[in-house]
Amino acid sequence: MTNIVLDGTAKTPTVNFDASTGLLDLRGRSIPENSIEFYKPLIDWVDQYGRNPKPSTRLRVQLEYFNTSSSKCILDLFKKLEAVRNAGNEVLVLWHYEPDDEDMLEAGEDYQAIINLPFKMVQVEEVDDK
Amino acid sequence: MVNRIYDLYDDLEKHRIMLSFKGVLSPELIGAILNLVEHRMNASEPDHRVRKRVFNVVMECLQNLYHHNNRISDPNGAPLPPDERQGVVMIAHDVSGYSVLTGNFMAQSEVEELKARLDQVNGCKPEQLRELYQSRLSDGKFTRTGGGGLGLIDIARRSGQKLEYGFVPLDNNNAFFSLNVNVTT
Repeated sequence: MTNIVLDGTAKTPTVNFDASTGLLDLRGRSIPENSIEFYKPLIDWVDQYGRNPKPSTRLRVQLEYFNTSSSKCILDLFKKLEAVRNAGNEVLVLWHYEPDDEDMLEAGEDYQAIINLPFKMVQVEEVDDK
Repeated sequence: MVNRIYDLYDDLEKHRIMLSFKGVLSPELIGAILNLVEHRMNASEPDHRVRKRVFNVVMECLQNLYHHNNRISDPNGAPLPPDERQGVVMIAHDVSGYSVLTGNFMAQSEVEELKARLDQVNGCKPEQLRELYQSRLSDGKFTRTGGGGLGLIDIARRSGQKLEYGFVPLDNNNAFFSLNVNVTT
C-alpha cells in the first residue's frame, strides 16, 4: 500500500505513515477548522494498514498544539490502532511533550485513560514542529 | 467620527487591550490573528506554559466564533446572509494575566442550552473537568464541527478559573453572547 507523506502547514501536522516499516509519524500543529476532512484519509489508511500490519507498529505523536476539533479525530486514529493490537500485533504510542508543558502530558494521559493501547510518555526539550 | 478616534484608542488602552478584531472571521483570518497572538506573546510573555495556554484559549474561542456566530435574522425576521455574521474578539493583558474576550450573535432559542453547558463547566472542580473531558471525548459523538462539545471544557481547563459569561437579548430571535476567559500568570 502507498504511504502517506504530508508536509505540515500552519494549521495541519506533518504526516509520515510508512506501511513498509510500521512507523507512523504525526507532528507539528493540528488546529484546522474542519478536522474531519483532514483526518478521514489518515483514519482510512490505518484501517487499510490494519488488514496486513507489520508485527510492530509505532505511532509517534509530537504535537505542539491541537484543537478540540482534532481531538476526536486523533482518538479515532487510536481506535483503529487498538483494533490492530487486538488482532495480536504489537502497537506502541510514543506521546511527546516538552518538560514544562503539563497540559500536553495531561492530554496524552487523557487518551491513555480511555483507550486500550500502551503509551510511552517521552519528554523532549522542544517538540519538532518541522 | 474623526474626533472619536483618540477616545476609542484611549478606551482600548485603559482596558489594556493588546489586540482586538471585529468582523466576519474566515479560516485565513483566524490563522492571521493566531500568528499575531503568537508573535506578541513571544515578545511579552516569558512563561512558555502561559504562552501556550493563551494561544490555545484564543484558538478555541476563535473557532467557536467561526462555527457558531449566527444571528439568525434581522429585526424584521428576515434571514441574514453569512457576511452579516460578525463577531468580536479582544485580548487584554494586565498585571494579573490575560483575558480573552469574545462576543457573538446567536439564536435566542439556543441560549438556555448554552447557559446550561457553561454552568455545568463552571460547577466542576479541576478533576471533575478532566473526567467530563474524558467522557465527552470517548462518547463517540461528533458535532458538525468535529469537536463533540469539548471546546468549553478545554477552555475552562486551561483557564483554571470560572468562565465569565453574559447574554444580551436583542429581539425575539437573537441574543448576543459574551465570554471572558482569564489566564493568570
